Amino acid sequence: MSAVVETQNLTKRYHDKLAVNALNLTVQEGEIFGFLGPNGAGKTTTILMLLGLTEATSGRASVCGFDPTRESLEVKRRVGYLPENPGFYEDISARENLLYMARLNRIPEDEAHRRITEVLEQVGLSDDGRRLVGEFSRGMKQRLGIAEVLVKNPRAVFLDEPTLGIDPDGAIRILELIKGLNRERNLTVMLSSHQLEQVQAICSRIGIIVKGRLIVQGKMDDLGRAILKERQWNFLLEVGSGANGLETELRSINGIDEIEKRAHGLFLRCTRDVRPEVVSLLARKNISLLQLRSEDPTLEEIYLKYFREA
Amino acid sequence: MSVVFWKELADHFSSRRFMILLALIVLIGLWATYASGQAIRQDTENAPTHYVFLFLLTSGTGTVFSLATFLGFFGPLVGITLGFDSISGEYARGTLSRVLSQPIYRDSLINGKFFAGLATVAILWGSILLLVIGLGITLLGFPPNAEELWRMLIFTAVGIFYVGFWLALAMLFSLLFQKTVTAALASMAVWLFMTLFVVIISQAIAGIIVPDPSTPEQMARRADVENIVSRISPSTLFSESVSILLNPAARVFGLALQSQAEGILPTPLELGQSLNLIWPHITTLFGLVAVCFGISYIIFMRAEIRA
Repeated sequence: MSAVVETQNLTKRYHDKLAVNALNLTVQEGEIFGFLGPNGAGKTTTILMLLGLTEATSGRASVCGFDPTRESLEVKRRVGYLPENPGFYEDISARENLLYMARLNRIPEDEAHRRITEVLEQVGLSDDGRRLVGEFSRGMKQRLGIAEVLVKNPRAVFLDEPTLGIDPDGAIRILELIKGLNRERNLTVMLSSHQLEQVQAICSRIGIIVKGRLIVQGKMDDLGRAILKERQWNFLLEVGSGANGLETELRSINGIDEIEKRAHGLFLRCTRDVRPEVVSLLARKNISLLQLRSEDPTLEEIYLKYFREA
Repeated sequence: MSVVFWKELADHFSSRRFMILLALIVLIGLWATYASGQAIRQDTENAPTHYVFLFLLTSGTGTVFSLATFLGFFGPLVGITLGFDSISGEYARGTLSRVLSQPIYRDSLINGKFFAGLATVAILWGSILLLVIGLGITLLGFPPNAEELWRMLIFTAVGIFYVGFWLALAMLFSLLFQKTVTAALASMAVWLFMTLFVVIISQAIAGIIVPDPSTPEQMARRADVENIVSRISPSTLFSESVSILLNPAARVFGLALQSQAEGILPTPLELGQSLNLIWPHITTLFGLVAVCFGISYIIFMRAEIRA
């Protein structure tokens, strides 16, 4: 496996504001890398630097083995980029839009037509190819954007917020499409987002960027284990009425670290499996048990933990 | 670059905005030619004996402007129309970052756009001229001679530079402001300033420098100052070069004293001599186009593309 994207201390400064601060990032061939961070964290700026659309203030980057600043044409030949809110020429048809991009990529005309038919089918727009893009819905435009990225047959794609502003069903279709492409073509995908569940669903590795700093990168499982190494046991406890004073009693159980009130019930962070004790406590006090559920660390927790630390 | 060029050219020719402008210019152009053609036919005694075709372009009848004046006034509008949303429009649609993430050099985009605009202008101007020649032959009954043709061709070239300046200016504004409406308004403001206000300002400045034109010398000096000041406007450069180019008898700009005019034979100038008179104008126009486009080019190459 080789690295498709590699950056060393990549930095971008706007006047007195550091947009991206000494970023060290690696994306391996064939993986789906989730680039996470709140709005304005520097995700888009990083992607622009990787494409040579803006110049880094300092540091180095390499994309498919090329320097994006000096050999940006080589990078752009191999990498597809879908910006946030991609725009199209609305007064021409979807096919013509794709054809223009194919021509800019110097793909021979008949080859281009063949590929356009193929990618339109892949994104599920076969029947809409001859329609004007002005008539397209947001989700269709987003899928057309993915089609356009694929026309050049890229090695890697950078997708900036690919599901932003799309209804849940449309978002799922796009994510499945991305996952499918990754599987079938061994396409490397770098995906920026702040929608955590979606990233969790498809990414093999993530990096979290806050205020221009990459605070963590790694496999989902590793990250989860890293932050929860001492507290592997999390439970959600919901009980019926008569739970007064339950919290104090729970605290006396050895192994329960923290008790958090949730909308429904209590969240227990424990150092071991305390379920037998909890159940027997409830039985002693004659409190009815509604649910006692083991909770895995979600990406949201990982994210919030790192986000707060930064 | 050729991909962008052909795409932009196709866009220009299929845009509704361009169609309206084309219809307007062709109709008024034909009307102006027709009116002056009729005037020449009806009053053959006062019509010049030489270069009747050129006279057709430059003579206005009472109510109608001459074609040359008309093109001088509306040419900028064509340039602005073609240029004002060239870059800002791509920003607004969000297509710029997509286009520039394709493997093309950044300058191919701006070059392609500029030359597509220039080509559109050339086609427009050329077709108007052909229409005028056709109409002229019908009205006058004889074709233009070689020198007239040459003068009209050079007139076309100067006209293309002139409109090219406005195109380059509109593109520069569209790059600077990134908002289509602002770019259009800024270009319009410069256009109005250059065509209307420069005349007033040059009169005012001449009035300050030569306050009391009592002698003929001072009157001539005042006219000179006025001319020089108003030459900051490309519109003046264009109209002056056209007045020399399309009127072989003309040999000075503005006023000439009797003593200066003494001994000059009232024969038309050769083409080369007329050209000598307006070389500075043509080179300045060309220079203005180059400077405007150059500034846009530099800004665009260094700009960060964040759509």
